[in-house]
Amino acid sequence: MIKKILIANRGEIACRVIRTARELGIETVAVYSDADLNAMHVELADQAVHIGAAPVGESYLLGDRIIDAAKRTGADAIHPGYGFLSENPDFVDAVAKAGLIFIGPSADAIRAMGLKDKAKALMEKAGVPVVPGYHGDNQDANFLAKQANEIGYPVLIKARAGGGGKGMRLVEKPADFANALASAQREAQSSFGDPACLIEKFIQNPRHIEMQVMGDAHGNVIHLFERDCSMQRRHQKVIEEAPAPDMPEDVRQAMGAAAVAAAKAVNYQGAGTVEFIVDGSGPLRPDGFWFMEMNTRLQVEHPVTEEITGFDLVAMQIAVAEGQALPVTQDQITATGHAFEVRLYAEDPSNGFLPATGTLDILVFPTADNGVRVDTGVRQGDVISPHYDPMIAKLIVTGPNRNAALLKMSKALEELVVHGCVTNRAFLSALVIDADFAAGRVDTGLIDRKGADLTARPDPTAQTLALAALAAVRPADAEDPFANFRLWGAARQVVTFEGDPNISIFVETIASETNVTTPLGEVTFSAVLRNGPELWVEENGVKSRAIVHKTGHGVLVQTAGHDRFFKFFDPSASASSGKAGALTAPMPGNVIAVVAKAGDSVSEGDRLLVMEAMKMEHAITAAQDGVIAEMLVSEGDQVEQGALLVRMQEDE
Amino acid sequence: MIKSQISPRSEDFAQNRAAMQAQMDVVQHAAEHALQGGNERSKERHLSRGKMLPRDRVQALLDPGSPFLEVGLFAAHGLYGGDIPASGAIAGVGRVAGRDVMVLANDATVKGGTYYPMTVKKHLRAQEIAAENHLPCIYLVDSGGANLPNQDEVFPDRDHFGRIFFNQANMSARGIPQIAVVMGSCTAGGAYVPAMSDETIIVRGQGTIFLAGPPLVKAATGETVTAEELGGGELHARTSGVADHLAEDDAHALQIARRIVSNLGTQPKATITRTTPEAPAYDPAEIMGIVPADPKKPYDIREIIARTVDGSRFDEFKSQFGETLVCGFAHVHGIPVGIIANNGVLFSESAVKGAHFVELCSQRGIPLVFLQNITGFMVGKAAEAGGIARHGAKLVTAVSTTSVPKITMLVGGSYGAGNYGMAGRAYSPRFLWTWPNSRISVMGGEQAAKTLAQVKRSAMEKRGEVWSDEDEAAFRKPTEEMFEEQSHPLYASARLWDDGIIDPTKTRDVLGLSLSTTLNAPIEETRFGLFRM
Repeated sequence: MIKKILIANRGEIACRVIRTARELGIETVAVYSDADLNAMHVELADQAVHIGAAPVGESYLLGDRIIDAAKRTGADAIHPGYGFLSENPDFVDAVAKAGLIFIGPSADAIRAMGLKDKAKALMEKAGVPVVPGYHGDNQDANFLAKQANEIGYPVLIKARAGGGGKGMRLVEKPADFANALASAQREAQSSFGDPACLIEKFIQNPRHIEMQVMGDAHGNVIHLFERDCSMQRRHQKVIEEAPAPDMPEDVRQAMGAAAVAAAKAVNYQGAGTVEFIVDGSGPLRPDGFWFMEMNTRLQVEHPVTEEITGFDLVAMQIAVAEGQALPVTQDQITATGHAFEVRLYAEDPSNGFLPATGTLDILVFPTADNGVRVDTGVRQGDVISPHYDPMIAKLIVTGPNRNAALLKMSKALEELVVHGCVTNRAFLSALVIDADFAAGRVDTGLIDRKGADLTARPDPTAQTLALAALAAVRPADAEDPFANFRLWGAARQVVTFEGDPNISIFVETIASETNVTTPLGEVTFSAVLRNGPELWVEENGVKSRAIVHKTGHGVLVQTAGHDRFFKFFDPSASASSGKAGALTAPMPGNVIAVVAKAGDSVSEGDRLLVMEAMKMEHAITAAQDGVIAEMLVSEGDQVEQGALLVRMQEDE
Repeated sequence: MIKSQISPRSEDFAQNRAAMQAQMDVVQHAAEHALQGGNERSKERHLSRGKMLPRDRVQALLDPGSPFLEVGLFAAHGLYGGDIPASGAIAGVGRVAGRDVMVLANDATVKGGTYYPMTVKKHLRAQEIAAENHLPCIYLVDSGGANLPNQDEVFPDRDHFGRIFFNQANMSARGIPQIAVVMGSCTAGGAYVPAMSDETIIVRGQGTIFLAGPPLVKAATGETVTAEELGGGELHARTSGVADHLAEDDAHALQIARRIVSNLGTQPKATITRTTPEAPAYDPAEIMGIVPADPKKPYDIREIIARTVDGSRFDEFKSQFGETLVCGFAHVHGIPVGIIANNGVLFSESAVKGAHFVELCSQRGIPLVFLQNITGFMVGKAAEAGGIARHGAKLVTAVSTTSVPKITMLVGGSYGAGNYGMAGRAYSPRFLWTWPNSRISVMGGEQAAKTLAQVKRSAMEKRGEVWSDEDEAAFRKPTEEMFEEQSHPLYASARLWDDGIIDPTKTRDVLGLSLSTTLNAPIEETRFGLFRM
């Protein structure tokens, strides 16, 4: 019997586990780093133990400290969540050695599935279909190139120890192979400490469909149907759904059987996911899917399965960890309705999805009822720091069918108000109304193909500018009876937002009528009514709501499809920057390579250094021709967003 | 609470409103002209130099959405050929970084922002308001200095150009901050505005400060220099030290000015307990239909008070005594006030009651609001014998020497000694506002003409001459016309006998802002003069 669980994680998943534990009457222990002292998971847990500094290598990845924390608090089990130590077999061994229960699979099962090439060999033996490719130890570049030729282009290079798209490269033609391999190996080395890569055939119009499995200590393995995670961006899942669109029952059965076979091949216990790559070029076929990998943990997207099956997967994990038999057999599991999950991230879709940081000045979730579920680990006022995954929340909706659920998701995203850092909210909004996605025509390339449309920031309309200006001139005290008072005539206020050129907008208020003159035309509001970050305006007799939020730096205008932040023009900032060329960090991250040095003559576009954030490489290039006056960072430095990296010599 | 007897649906109401609206339209038209500033050509030239228009400068300086209580908008209306809108300067009380300040901005689109006599008077009035109410002064300088054709009326006298700098020095001495933003020319005497300021900002390539411009220098010494070399931003910020901050452009300069204000520190203010503001029970917009179309027709001033004060609540003092002067306590936008309002000609009793009420407010530190609609003190044998001069003097003494802030609003006539007893301009109310229907003169035009005619007729009759009624009427006409022209609020406001004509429906807000401005200065203890008993 487990009485107290320590959760070796943070954020939404820690909060998720605490919720179920609480329902089961199990006590919980949180662990936290310096950065998480006031985090939500710490607040929710019964006890909390500080385990180190903010960087994950000094806290959440320190198995010893976590086990020590479990012992000190008398916890009898450890739930690893996902990420961090969840798929680290040595940690699993250490937990067992300490006499604690690890809520998850055995170390052997993790090891067996951890190295992709070995796992594939194992799966082939178990009769699970696998994608043609080279999974061997020979890492000679020429040899691998030859293997690629034999498999046939396009091919995919993958880090052998990887996951989550890191160290993964798509190569379309032989000429690109060498560069892609080197880059993948470098990323594999930095992410996993192992540069080895494998080569696979790249499947056209691929869909990513995965089966949720659950095994117990008595040799039983069931599956809880599939999830379609085809909506990906650079191999990162963006929207997940269950069931998969247009999934024939025979394919589901075949895939389920394959997943159960895969799990049984490694004596799998607990929750796991078997990922398949599926040929989406036509209707799904029982022979048209191949094993990709098995994730030996609870997945981020597990809620969609919970929503359609009605099972609490965390509760099931705990039960089997206690040694109980699975509470249900395969034929007792049914699926009802359709569920979607979207991942709300602090990232900038219009700027290559660069991760963002900031304080969540506003965070208002849609009302959590009527089939809307929000899994989050942050609250309004919390900080998205550069140290951890920048996911803010998962929005999960369920409806009787796919269309109904999708409509609900669209509305939920509209009601969601988030500000303080750039997010992908508008991108998600655009995605859920995409015609192909709405019709269920999904494949893993959809987002990349439509990228420009989905992330495009359409030029603001006069109406958008007017709303931003209205918020900007809002009196500090909304109740000020003298707001905009003038003896005669209208208060004519000017707002200048940054732009090229700057955008100056004039707002004239007489009595209840407001005239806004923007560079794009005039907008007249017959009434402006305010209510917190919501702005109600009346135009041509129609009252409508806009979400407009003012901060010290600018104004966020949120409409269904778009978030637009208008930055106040700061005359002193432009005054001080002068002509001197300086390059700043576009995101928080680590400097992984410095290519240029002081005194170098560089041309516009030359690579000067390479940064890495959230395991993504980003090259900093010269913005103009010139000579480097000073290189202000060196390899290994951790820099904040906006930090000065390179100073260029001033032209005289 | 006052119970209104007015029906907005009555025919009288509609007629009254139409008459008031006609008066309003005249003023509205004048206001639009004044707000316009210089002509389109000068504005375009101004903008083409990268400068902001003066009203946009003021706006950019102020806190977003904050009020601006402009003073002297009608200055120079109809004077100097009628083309000097707002006398070429903008003045008013605004809010910067949450703090009330006095802003004075030259309008270079009006004759290069040069100082006409009314410009000087307006500048000095703005400084007077700042000094009395402890308002930091921000001068947005863009002026060619004194208007040379009018030098005799702007340079030599006590209340002429030099007084500006005297005031700056003395306000600075009293801890009232003086800040100058040089956004254009600042020549000759004008150069002392920034030089006399506590902190000065200059805009690079745009602001210039020098005692003598390049043409004068060339004439005097033969030296050839550009304006920028002679007194530009670079010179004054880097070399001469005349300016403290160098700004890139207008917007940057105004941002620096806002930063300066945010760093001013705090000063003691009036300690007055404000209550939660409450709208009047009657709509202030109804004021338009209350004042009778015929100015000779009396009306109850309480109808105006009911549409001005919080909750229309008015605690009247001595309501059964000296009934032609209504006195009582109320709140305007949460600020406690003592209101003194005319409801007919002043008798001895009303004057004594008024003096008593001023004493009450002075002792309690409650600001006074005067609502003027007064033809004067009662005349005649009985009144004189009753000592009306002595009783009127009590009121004038009380009004003159009280230390509590006074705000005066002309809601009707302002004639003769009534103007004195009711805190006319000579009695230094902190602000004096007028309605479009108000009239101000030593006496009514008809009365003045009759008086003059009476004197003439007596002299003629003494000489045995006959004066026909037609001749007398012809004699009276020019006097009546002169009085009519000179008593008009636009004539008055053009000469800065007041701080501006207001829209009567904004009376409550104007009073609220005026009162709240006065609270920036502590209320001193009153020491009255001798009351003749």
